Amino acid sequence: MELNNQTAKALKNDFPIFKHNLGLVYLDNAATSQKPSSVINAVKDFTERDNANVGRGVYSLAERAMKKYEGARKVIANFISADSDEVIFTRNTTESINLLAHTLPSILPEGKNEILLTEMEHHSNLVPWQQMAKKHGFKLKFVKIKPDFTLDMDDLKNKLTDKTAILALTFASNVLGTINPIKEITNLAKSKGAMTIVDAAQAIQHLPVNVKEIGCDFLAFSSHKVLGPNGIGILYGRKELLEKLDPFNLGGGMIESVGFQDSSWKTGPEKFEAGTQNIAEAVGLAGAIDYIKKIGLEKINSWEKKLTDYALKRLKEVPGIKIYNPGTDSSVSLVSFNLPGIHPHDVAELLNEKKIAIRAGHMCAMPLMEILKAKSGVCRTSFSFYNTLEDIDALVDSLKEIQKKFA
Amino acid sequence: MEKHNPIPEDMYREHILELYKSPSNFGTLKNKTHEKTAYNSVCGDEVTVQLLVKDNIVKDIKFSGSGCVISMVASSMLTDKIKGMAVDAIKNMKGEDVLGLLNMKLNLARVKCALLSFEAVKGALK
Repeated sequence: MELNNQTAKALKNDFPIFKHNLGLVYLDNAATSQKPSSVINAVKDFTERDNANVGRGVYSLAERAMKKYEGARKVIANFISADSDEVIFTRNTTESINLLAHTLPSILPEGKNEILLTEMEHHSNLVPWQQMAKKHGFKLKFVKIKPDFTLDMDDLKNKLTDKTAILALTFASNVLGTINPIKEITNLAKSKGAMTIVDAAQAIQHLPVNVKEIGCDFLAFSSHKVLGPNGIGILYGRKELLEKLDPFNLGGGMIESVGFQDSSWKTGPEKFEAGTQNIAEAVGLAGAIDYIKKIGLEKINSWEKKLTDYALKRLKEVPGIKIYNPGTDSSVSLVSFNLPGIHPHDVAELLNEKKIAIRAGHMCAMPLMEILKAKSGVCRTSFSFYNTLEDIDALVDSLKEIQKKFA
Repeated sequence: MEKHNPIPEDMYREHILELYKSPSNFGTLKNKTHEKTAYNSVCGDEVTVQLLVKDNIVKDIKFSGSGCVISMVASSMLTDKIKGMAVDAIKNMKGEDVLGLLNMKLNLARVKCALLSFEAVKGALK
């Protein structure tokens, strides 16, 4: 099936949210995606038919639950071209990065005391490193962004040195949409012996993500942004590194043997999965990936590019609008903007009158807002493959009305 | 079918927008005795309130910063209300009193905007 305006409209039928909220124009997909029936049913079916705790029971039901859980891990690993034992279930991207910020210091080589981030990081790939740096005596450095909202690669090359222990950056910016040249960057980092961590929260739902090709050491994403349930996230890590890392959470399920004074850990992903996991949600995430594969990531990407292109073209009709986006070819399908003299909250609130849902505020990127000189934040509209050209028309027509109101 | 909850249409009615464009008590005080800045973590807005308190009475008050319609209008109305009030009476004021001044039904996310300057006033008089 080709994705176009007609088929995108028809795909909305797969998403019950649109049945229960007639007329909803959902343009906040970068915050969280809506869920197709197949994902909702995958969670429901598991809960109704296969529910048992995993890794513990010897009875058939527990074995079935375990198979579903490990089967989900395999689907997810396959989706990012990783091996199953390199995929750890967490709660979300934020927890994945926190896991690294807590456990990496003990395996970093001596003499390297810098962490390189970029100016476009989400708080979840910034705040954990700030705390880690304070606690372990690291220095934070930031790669600049250029006036065209892309990453300044010259600045990156300058700031990436033999002292760089970790280079952690976003695959695609949640504010600018900018897709970073991630493979080139990990190669540069490798040449300096720096560990590479990729925040793929805004890439996984739009672009093919192949960890082997990217060559990163770690990669994180959340299920809920890629049609999956809440409460489940992924941390990919290269096997040899996962073996060296200490566990993050401690308790049941992750131990090999426990005595009164000391314990030893399991190997593989289980070492990092203490306590009962979000089993049904892991199965749901695998369902989401199956759904995406059925449509095809390339088709999704191609339709989303058309939507972004159309949105950029139409948004430019709004007098005085300030757009923060590097252009369709360098961006995932989101566009942030500001209307002169109108607070983003007011724009979002007035759009809500028309059942149009967009995000307004600092987008969990307060330092970036300073650089953009957007003190009160920005308005962000973000598209998924189930959005249509009419959704964008509704947005732009309403923006023009809002401007008149404030004139 | 889920109910759609748009704001009442009159929230952005004309006189509210007029007040937004030219709020009362906007600016800074030369002879302030109390000052506090409050931050809205949702959008990054901040509002600073300066007060001149004499004999336990708020003789003058100004606010500054940038904000949305709700936060600017609420700051304007609140500062009008408490100018001349006794400090103790202000300390006894509650969030609902400020929302009452606005007389708008607000979405949960916007209550923070409406109460930002009140938070600053409370902090300044602590």
